[in-house]
Amino acid sequence: MLSEEEIQDIDHEAAKLPYKKAAVIEALKIVQQRRGWINDETVRDIADCLEMSPAEVDSVATFYNLIFRKPVGRHVILLCDSISCYVMGYKNIYEALQQKLKIKFGETTADQRFTLLPNACLGCCDHAPALMINGNLYKDISIEALDDVLSEYN
Amino acid sequence: MERPLTQNIHAGRQPLTLKEYTATGGYTALQQVLKNMTPGEVQQLVQESRLKGRGGAGFNTGMKWSFVPMGEDAPSPKYLIANADEMEPGTFKDRLLLEGNPHQLIEGMIIAAYAIQANISYVFLRWAYKKAAQALEQSIREAYHAGWLGKNIMNAGFSLDMYLHTGAGRYMCGEETALLNALEGKRATPRAKPPFPQVSGLFGKPTIVNNVETLCCIPHIVNKGAAWFQNLSYSEDGGTKIYGVSGKVNNPGAWELPMGVTMRELVEEHAGGMKKGYRLKGVLPGGASTDFLTEQHLDIKMDFKSVTAAGSRLGTGTMVVMDDATCPVGFVHNLQHFFAQESCGWCTPCREGLPWVEKILWAIEEGRGKEEDIELLQMHTQLLGPGNTFCALAPGAMEPLQSAIKYYREDFDRHIREKKCSY
Repeated sequence: MLSEEEIQDIDHEAAKLPYKKAAVIEALKIVQQRRGWINDETVRDIADCLEMSPAEVDSVATFYNLIFRKPVGRHVILLCDSISCYVMGYKNIYEALQQKLKIKFGETTADQRFTLLPNACLGCCDHAPALMINGNLYKDISIEALDDVLSEYN
Repeated sequence: MERPLTQNIHAGRQPLTLKEYTATGGYTALQQVLKNMTPGEVQQLVQESRLKGRGGAGFNTGMKWSFVPMGEDAPSPKYLIANADEMEPGTFKDRLLLEGNPHQLIEGMIIAAYAIQANISYVFLRWAYKKAAQALEQSIREAYHAGWLGKNIMNAGFSLDMYLHTGAGRYMCGEETALLNALEGKRATPRAKPPFPQVSGLFGKPTIVNNVETLCCIPHIVNKGAAWFQNLSYSEDGGTKIYGVSGKVNNPGAWELPMGVTMRELVEEHAGGMKKGYRLKGVLPGGASTDFLTEQHLDIKMDFKSVTAAGSRLGTGTMVVMDDATCPVGFVHNLQHFFAQESCGWCTPCREGLPWVEKILWAIEEGRGKEEDIELLQMHTQLLGPGNTFCALAPGAMEPLQSAIKYYREDFDRHIREKKCSY
């Protein structure tokens, strides 16, 4: 079930658009912000709310990189793996993160603290390598800086 | 040297508030337009300035506007969209404008909307630009408050609403027609053209999509004229350009310079040359989907015509430098991994071809490559090239691949011969 607050926020977005369906990406973001990810029940609830079929909602949910259809940890680490970060050695950062967190891309730590995901270009190419945690951008990231960065998130 | 777009942007400081923007002459161009110019005159002025789209395609902006149906019989509402979905790997120029001076974009958008008589506008912003999102939200609020947005702006009988839309992450959203689908809440697949968005775009209505940097040029063209704008440039394309350099250079960054500076000036002066111990082996001049150029091309001008003549494209004008310690096969594999992942899957050559290309490159990189693989890759550069797909994603992906095989063939052959990567 969607909460009263979630429905209100979705209606607010839908009101700006010529028809309800057009708000589906916003709706997915609104719910994910509160619950961390989108489960099957949520897909059905959003479909009801916006008068679409669940399959239509899922086709959108599975298309966008930042809509999560699987559970994620409390904090999501997005490591940029695009070309400037490749040249500047993101792979070394990835190896260090694997050792520290004991997870690979697409996995979540056993204590649900972190999920680690690769991410397409963060638009921070002049300060590569870069990563983002919960929307906070870290530039010119080095292996030495990782412990400090990770310790900000519990 | 004049830097109209970035003269008031200073690293490390907050974006200009409405008050600060107004103090630098902001919103005078909009007043001039609303008081003294017809939409047709604005279109004409921009066409004369030779402003070409800064998103990568380089089409004359005023000309693009001229395709929108005008007059009382035109479909309504019309839409104006700022494409701020900057996601081309290696590109970080619009971020500078969005974070530094959001009112400049907003003013440019209002003038552009007036020129095509659009009453609804969107900024389509990529999700990762959190700071820009905050700055834009605040600035749009300020503009409404001051009466630059909303109903009957300056009592001139023109009304415009503006909304900020943040995406959910997909490279395809930067493609003009896929962006429209994303705004309509659909999968961001491209649309078949014709009809072109100028005639039938967002929600089936006439729509113009312009890049952020393009729109930021507009107020300055109105204030200072088409001739002034042309004279900013070293080439036949008008204006300045925000160029960028990333990779193993001493001073990676982005700078506003006259359109048509040389690649050498960019790499050696502004980017401070290569880091100690590295040599320049190649560059992608305008993002991930442009052909490699090499050391021998350093003296070409970075404008639309010259870069095309050298066998590549100006693209976004933000270049990625490949140094001599980076394996060209691994470099191109990284690019193809990105394109394969970001393909929307709508048309077959792209959906099936790109993962195949990625696998072949990975096999070569790991020492499992065969001699005939090179031919197979070359075949893909044809089959995924222009004319075979709905949009430019796959043809763009093939540009760095075909030129890598051309310039770094020996590297490919050596991987296959020695069954390993020696980098």
